[in-house]
Amino acid sequence: MIAYIIRRALYAIPILIGVNLLTFMLFFVVNSPEEVARLHLGDKYTTQEQVEAWKQEHGYDKPLLYNPEAGGLEQLTDTIFYTKSVRLFVFDFGNSDSGRNIGHDIRQRMWPSLAIAVPSLLLGLLLNATLALMLAFFRATYLDVGGVVLCVVLMSISSLFYIIGGQYLVGKLLQLVPISGYDTGFEAVKFLILPVIIGVIYGIGSGTRWYRTLFLEEISKDYVRTARAKGLSEQWVLFRHVLRNALIPILTGVVVILPLLFMGSLITESFFGIPGLGSYTIDAIQRQDFSIVRAMVFLGTVLYILGLLLTDISYTLADPRIRLR
Amino acid sequence: MDSNHFITNLIPVRFLCRCGLPCRWGSMIALVFLAGCDDSWNNPHGEDLGSGAVLYASFSDRPQFMDPARSYTSTAYGFIQQIYEPPLAYHYLKRPYELIPLSTARMPEVRFLDEWGDELPPGVPVEAVAYTEYLIDIKPGILYQPHPALARREDGGYRYHDLTEADLESVNVLLDFPHTGSRELVAEDFVYQIKRLADPRRHCPIAGIVAEYIEGFAEFQAHVQNTENVPMDLRGLSMSGVESLSRYRYRVRLKGTYPQFIYWLAMPFFAPMPWEADVFHEQPGMAQRNLTLHWYPIGTGPFMLTENNPNLRMVLERNPNFRGEPYPSEGEPGDAEEGFLDDQRRTMPFVDRAVFSLEKENIPRWSKFLQGYYDLSGIGSDSFDQAIEYGGGGEVGLTDEMEEKGIALRTAVDLTVFYMGFNMLDPVVGGYGERSRLLRRAISIAVDYEEHVSIFSNGRGIPGQGPLPPQIFGVREGEAGINPYVYRWEGGRAVRRGIEEARELMRRAGYQNGIDQETGKPLVLYFEAVGAGPDAKASLNWLRKQFAKLDIQLVIRATDYNRFRAKMRKGTGQIFQWGWHADYPDPENFLFLLYGPNAQVDTNGPNSANYKNPEYDALFSQMKNIPNGERRQQIIDEMLDILRRDAPWAWGFHPVNYILSHQWVHNDKPTTMSYNTLKYRRIDTESRAAKIREWNRPTVWPVWAGLGALALLILPALVGFLRRERERGR
Repeated sequence: MIAYIIRRALYAIPILIGVNLLTFMLFFVVNSPEEVARLHLGDKYTTQEQVEAWKQEHGYDKPLLYNPEAGGLEQLTDTIFYTKSVRLFVFDFGNSDSGRNIGHDIRQRMWPSLAIAVPSLLLGLLLNATLALMLAFFRATYLDVGGVVLCVVLMSISSLFYIIGGQYLVGKLLQLVPISGYDTGFEAVKFLILPVIIGVIYGIGSGTRWYRTLFLEEISKDYVRTARAKGLSEQWVLFRHVLRNALIPILTGVVVILPLLFMGSLITESFFGIPGLGSYTIDAIQRQDFSIVRAMVFLGTVLYILGLLLTDISYTLADPRIRLR
Repeated sequence: MDSNHFITNLIPVRFLCRCGLPCRWGSMIALVFLAGCDDSWNNPHGEDLGSGAVLYASFSDRPQFMDPARSYTSTAYGFIQQIYEPPLAYHYLKRPYELIPLSTARMPEVRFLDEWGDELPPGVPVEAVAYTEYLIDIKPGILYQPHPALARREDGGYRYHDLTEADLESVNVLLDFPHTGSRELVAEDFVYQIKRLADPRRHCPIAGIVAEYIEGFAEFQAHVQNTENVPMDLRGLSMSGVESLSRYRYRVRLKGTYPQFIYWLAMPFFAPMPWEADVFHEQPGMAQRNLTLHWYPIGTGPFMLTENNPNLRMVLERNPNFRGEPYPSEGEPGDAEEGFLDDQRRTMPFVDRAVFSLEKENIPRWSKFLQGYYDLSGIGSDSFDQAIEYGGGGEVGLTDEMEEKGIALRTAVDLTVFYMGFNMLDPVVGGYGERSRLLRRAISIAVDYEEHVSIFSNGRGIPGQGPLPPQIFGVREGEAGINPYVYRWEGGRAVRRGIEEARELMRRAGYQNGIDQETGKPLVLYFEAVGAGPDAKASLNWLRKQFAKLDIQLVIRATDYNRFRAKMRKGTGQIFQWGWHADYPDPENFLFLLYGPNAQVDTNGPNSANYKNPEYDALFSQMKNIPNGERRQQIIDEMLDILRRDAPWAWGFHPVNYILSHQWVHNDKPTTMSYNTLKYRRIDTESRAAKIREWNRPTVWPVWAGLGALALLILPALVGFLRRERERGR
């Protein structure tokens, strides 16, 4: 397995370079370093000298990808792309174009994102699995049909509706929790209740339907028939056999998203005023802060690759028949 | 309030009396829901709103820079103008805006000098003036806020000016430094700040224009630029035009004359900066912890920033070293009736703390304002109808819902113009011949800004009669103030000329029915639009319809802002929309937007229409150098006549700000020129606490009803399950 992990880590390097290159090109197709400088310096009285000084200070005074005036390897290394990218591989994100330390900001903002994402995930997992088991148990009954229809309805509604509706109902009409905001420590709990509930409800439709499919697939297998033939109760069959086997795809599905949890959710954080990472990238794109954009895209890619690797590893743990080579 | 205190003292009484649940359950649920708040469960501030004079407000954009040498956005000014004190400020109540001393003892003494530095008598022609000197006396005894940069050891040395990495190990925010200090403000601090403006490493956005006027500024810039290893502490360098004459007096020498410089002295750019701040923040390891002047301002003003988390909350607290200032005792007519003079001569500031919470979305911000958790609010377009209603005569009023809550509405015309510009370099809409002039005038009539303001701004705007917004010197009231090429005066008000008149202008221009009579082809014009998303689409469709009234086909060329600016710089756009917010309330700050030497294509200046009219330029040169008075008014009248005739812009509109405040907020006169308003505000905290309690009573029964309904839904399933199990058992 160690060899497999090392091989996957090495595969990740060209992927990261490619993603970084793509981000770089997409960003600078839309914005020239000149425009980025002008955006940061303001519109009103900016002179060309100020623009040049800003570019020089922030390392945007070099050619983008290829420096024909340099010699040897410097034709590639004395460029904006190289100088801005190379430190990423040691997770040194440097400073944003407005001078803030990106690593410091990420460390600070990941916790509020996690504070919503982790309970939403765990509660959602528990609730969806329970509901899916219930629907599987009552398969082909009015409860199953009704439940599936309800799931489709829940899936069809925009997340924005849940957020605005939840804020209106719980925060404004019933006045049970603050409509938005955040605080540190235990004080954060009252601000997290509503976004977590909304996050869980939003995920019920798709989660329950998916898990129900998995459970039904397991229920139709021979070993379940055998278990029933042995006279085991349906309760025992469901919880002891079906749930255990269906958990493999469920858990692997969860593992793949675990590393991405701390990247946060843009809409939820924006509406609830949660100071997480969800809005960090979008704010940076709006402010045309390339340093933050490339750092966050790089981090997202690393985490996604990590998630896939963890999924592979989790397969081996959940199913002894699988071996990584 | 301490959370334990709340749980032990409030829950058993208040919670149980409403829901009637057993104490244990009630306490548990309340503990989860309400940790740390008072008896309003939805209180987002986590503190008792009845204790302490605290103002609660929101902000939507995080301030990027708070160093006064760099900061140039309204978002940042909302904070730093409570902290930094430039030499001058605008009178809070008087309109038109009037400058008054802030950190200075009196208004600056202005001297005109010849090229040898000898003083000239007053009233000499502008051409004879080689230099203008501003002698500025600051108030003695002003102290800086407590700050670690100013903390000293027992031996008199600075405690935190030679920090090592080990010293910074446990430091993450400025409050982690246990010691603070202060010192008296001296004239040298103002001089030091002007040097900072010239330092290219600070990226001061106005350095370019300041270099044109302050003697020695450009040379200072060049020296720092071309010299290696210049320290960030600039005390060792001198600037010939700026000098400290004594502990409390300094002078600024300008090349020639520039009367508008006095307004610059009211901007944070010219606020004092202690050199110690630079030495402190430039130490190794500080920037990695984001401990920079951009994030930790140091000033002499009434407030200091004690919590700086622009992703969540910014907190300003009263500066314990602030000297105190008397509330104004005079204002404009009507201020006394409005209650704006109730606190006259009382010592400011009135609030101890101001908490600004980040609210990116309008809906939660508006809801929290209605719940009383924000003291002030603007009005978003989605909540406009809930807040505002128009009377039969078009007068603006509050809805019954707002009236019942005792909310007050204040309005103020923003010193801003949003205009539609014609590129004067364009062969079709540009140029100074009669044909293009008639075309521009026809378009100016057809594009109905009254309708635009009504549809897209809920009526919050005043159609422009020229580039000058109301309340600026040079604007005439009534019939004399209208643009006669677009409006006529009827029934005591300006009425837009009819579309038939515009079509007649089109005919005279050779574009009858939208057909170019010279080529026989339809007239197609191009509009440079920034963004074409759903929000902009309605506005762009509306614009197409306006042009279609003249049978002109308008092609929208949508692009992003960067490319739009590039087009403007190259002069390749044809018709565009842009805006300008005043830096200072002087007509020069608007009329220079059409001054020939400021043409964007030539100099990257603010004249985006690239309008060049020698007659206008000559008048501008005269106007900018003379004080407000009859002569200046006459020149401005002539300039406006030229502009209205040539129509390089369709004059667009000036937005009107609507501000709502709760009944417990006092001295909330709107101002669009200055941002140092926090010290004037007064909050009746007892009234606020009572109202919030009244407006925010939690309703619990629907929760129990919902849970009951859920149980009823699950019950048949449970029964079915048990029945199946029994059947299987048989």
